[in-house]
Amino acid sequence: MTKTVTIQIDGKAVKIPEGTTIFNAAKEAGIEIPHFCYHPKLSIAGNCRLCQVEVEGAKGPVISCRERVRDGMVVRVQSDTARDVRKNVLEFILINHPLDCPICDQSGECKLQDQYFDHSLKPSQMTWPKVHKPKAKTIGPQVMLDDERCVLCTRCIRFCDEIVGEHQLILRERGDHSTIDVFPGKQLDNAYSLCTVDLCPVGALTSSDFRFKKRVWFLTSTPSICTGCATGCNIWLDHCDQKVYRYRPRENEAVNQCWMCDPGRMTYKAINSDERVLFPIVRNDGAYQRTSWFEAMARTQQLLAGVNPEGIVGIVSAEASLEENMGLIRFLKECGVTSFVWAGRSPEPQFVDKILRDADRNPNTHGVKMLTKTRFGKETKGQAFVVLGRLHGDDLTTLVSQKPKAVIAITDILPANEQWADVVLPRASHAEQEGHMVNRAGLLQKFERAFAPKGESAPGWQIAARLAGAWGKPLGFTSAREVFETEKQHYDVV
Amino acid sequence: MTLVITKNFAGPNMARLDVAMKHGAYVTLEKILAMKPEAVVDEVKRSGLRGRGGAGFSTGMKWGFVPKDTTKPIYLVVNADESEPGTFKDRAILEKDPHLMIEGIIIASYAIKAHTCYIYFRGEFYRQWELMERCLAEARKVGIIGNNIKGSGYNLNIIAHRGAGAYICGEETALLSSLEGYRGWPRIKPPFPAVEGLFGCPTIVNNVETLAVCPFIIREGAAAYAKLGTEKSPGTKLFSVCGHVNRPGVYEVPLGYPFAKLLSEECGGTIEERKLKALIVGGSSVPVVTGEEALGLRLDYESCAGCGTMLGSGGVIVIDETACAVQVLADLARFYAHESCGQCTPCREGTGWSKKVLDRLEAGLGSSEDLNLLLAIADNMQGKTICPLADALAMPIRSWIKKFRTEFEDHVRLKGCPFPS
Repeated sequence: MTKTVTIQIDGKAVKIPEGTTIFNAAKEAGIEIPHFCYHPKLSIAGNCRLCQVEVEGAKGPVISCRERVRDGMVVRVQSDTARDVRKNVLEFILINHPLDCPICDQSGECKLQDQYFDHSLKPSQMTWPKVHKPKAKTIGPQVMLDDERCVLCTRCIRFCDEIVGEHQLILRERGDHSTIDVFPGKQLDNAYSLCTVDLCPVGALTSSDFRFKKRVWFLTSTPSICTGCATGCNIWLDHCDQKVYRYRPRENEAVNQCWMCDPGRMTYKAINSDERVLFPIVRNDGAYQRTSWFEAMARTQQLLAGVNPEGIVGIVSAEASLEENMGLIRFLKECGVTSFVWAGRSPEPQFVDKILRDADRNPNTHGVKMLTKTRFGKETKGQAFVVLGRLHGDDLTTLVSQKPKAVIAITDILPANEQWADVVLPRASHAEQEGHMVNRAGLLQKFERAFAPKGESAPGWQIAARLAGAWGKPLGFTSAREVFETEKQHYDVV
Repeated sequence: MTLVITKNFAGPNMARLDVAMKHGAYVTLEKILAMKPEAVVDEVKRSGLRGRGGAGFSTGMKWGFVPKDTTKPIYLVVNADESEPGTFKDRAILEKDPHLMIEGIIIASYAIKAHTCYIYFRGEFYRQWELMERCLAEARKVGIIGNNIKGSGYNLNIIAHRGAGAYICGEETALLSSLEGYRGWPRIKPPFPAVEGLFGCPTIVNNVETLAVCPFIIREGAAAYAKLGTEKSPGTKLFSVCGHVNRPGVYEVPLGYPFAKLLSEECGGTIEERKLKALIVGGSSVPVVTGEEALGLRLDYESCAGCGTMLGSGGVIVIDETACAVQVLADLARFYAHESCGQCTPCREGTGWSKKVLDRLEAGLGSSEDLNLLLAIADNMQGKTICPLADALAMPIRSWIKKFRTEFEDHVRLKGCPFPS
């Protein structure tokens, strides 16, 4: 068992296991020591020198990321001496920094800006031409490098080497001409390359996708879940004016630590897509036509009334939330429907890796299977189908080949060439509603609503509630939370 | 005068094994192979030999830092990355008596129980490395190195490795990084190489000259060595003298030798008997001393420390009155800015910034604020980085400004350099 020692940090007594670094001891005590190169998931580099603090009895300032605590140690983070040391480090960093903050994507979430603002308000003493290095250099499909902004903390290099295992980034040259670069003949093209953008404390590495799209201070961050695969990486969904700009990993040790993959990040585009269904649609004489909710519901009722409830199949979705699936099942059950199957994207074995990614590209397979075990397929027979979410590939062919009397689709995305439904009801994306999904490990995860549903769309559970109301069988659901609380008792949902 | 290292420097073809053996090379092997390794360490400890790379730490004590109970292989690494401006004494050994160093390697390896030794040559030492390869091949052929040396059961493999030419790789941990195939970046200490060095194994890094002394200590005994030099700085030392002297070169003198004597006798005085202005006694990174201070200086660790400088590597740069202090310091800054590895912020940015400020001063474009700025940069670099490269520029900056301040101020006042270019 590790011994506990007591140390003083800025006058505060901290009890901490022996061998903890000063940095982590301070973190435990709620004191964040400024730093660039240190990252809890990477090896300790100790090169930025920003995390230097004063330790009583030491010969000089020590780097807190590396120095381990000893019993009785007295540490000063905010003393004048310690602040001075850090101020001088920041001054060094800024002498060759381009100070192009107005056109820097990192502006507003830049550690260099924040730290300099905190430590010094003086202009630079550098009055000689700065060292110039490559700017706006494409180093991979997702990432661009502005070498002049780089503080050479080497987080990106260590990330590629230690987490991804791809030695794609290197340091070239020496002294103040040192630059980050890709290894000759290589590109920064690993599946996690955008994590280097998150790790970069300054604006040296920026996302080619997000670059120049939005000033970050206009963005609102909502805690959400990536829907790119069954892993369910926790994310911050950054949005403004009902438009999603990017996903960033949200720390969760149990799921994704602080990483997420590049394809996962790009799934936000579906939310902004032109293929979004934003109003109800009915098929008249083989052509889709915009209609009102009133008309669409009336048509739905008319179509389903023509089929015996035993002939109706509810297809729930591994891409939709538990609440949406539960809501739809409840509505159909109230109508006497007994046949439920689930559908979703087909597995992609080549997508899997040892870090985060899963072959199952659906975010809620685990969850939907708790509601119905049966997968939609050729064996599924029915005269009418009520489908939640998209049908992909073979599933769509299977459905169409049955020549059903009626198909009601509740979906957020409808490619222009897919005219397989008689009525299309506009479903809100997961950014526009709250709910739960269950990831591959069986972990129940909540995501929050970032903004109001676009157009006339609504969450699946709400659409189910509206339909039930039109049928004269009100479900009484007014929120996802109510759906979850009422319905979970019917299933084995932990 | 007893010569420990340079005794056979004058002999032709000393790199040939037969010639070297005729001059007594490898006679210590039988003696040490019959000794316990610990006894060899003790003998060197008793001699008082201090590391000749620059730091002057007791060699015997350093050898004793290898963990006794280690199950990992132990390495000896020879630092032949001699790159400090003004220092060229190891080069002399490598060229004039390479077998002396190999003998020293065998002694040290045996003492620390290493079976593999790497000699790390600076990239520019191509011919010296080639020569070493030939020497090693000859020694291997006759069983002086390799498996079962002289039937003792002791194995030692020596590998000569060339760096790519970087000053920083003379810093022992950067040297180890480079040797492992990584970028030559210094590592944070602790752990010290003796505990966790090359490939994570206990490693002793010794300078060429240090090892070249070992055969004498074993052959003549620790007491014979300790008798040379001064009490606290025993033995002799190589000094590579360059600058404004009539006979630049490498000289071996006992420690404690008066610099004035070295200058007038060995080096034949300054060129045209010009006035001695300044002295850099231990390689470019040590604080400068003025001509007057230098003439009273004795060449040993304690006397140098007493004079506010360091004996360092023994790279003596003699500077006479025709040299401009600002230009000398600007040249030094150029070197350190060029050689900073770029790892730690203060050194990466501070060395380059110093160079720019000094260039500006030398060009007559400086302001009176620049002196304070330089001193602030020096303060903000020194002791705030992983390795001492930043200190190696900070110390000259402080000492040159302290001792030649008026000259710096003249450059500002006159808006130019008062010395003819």
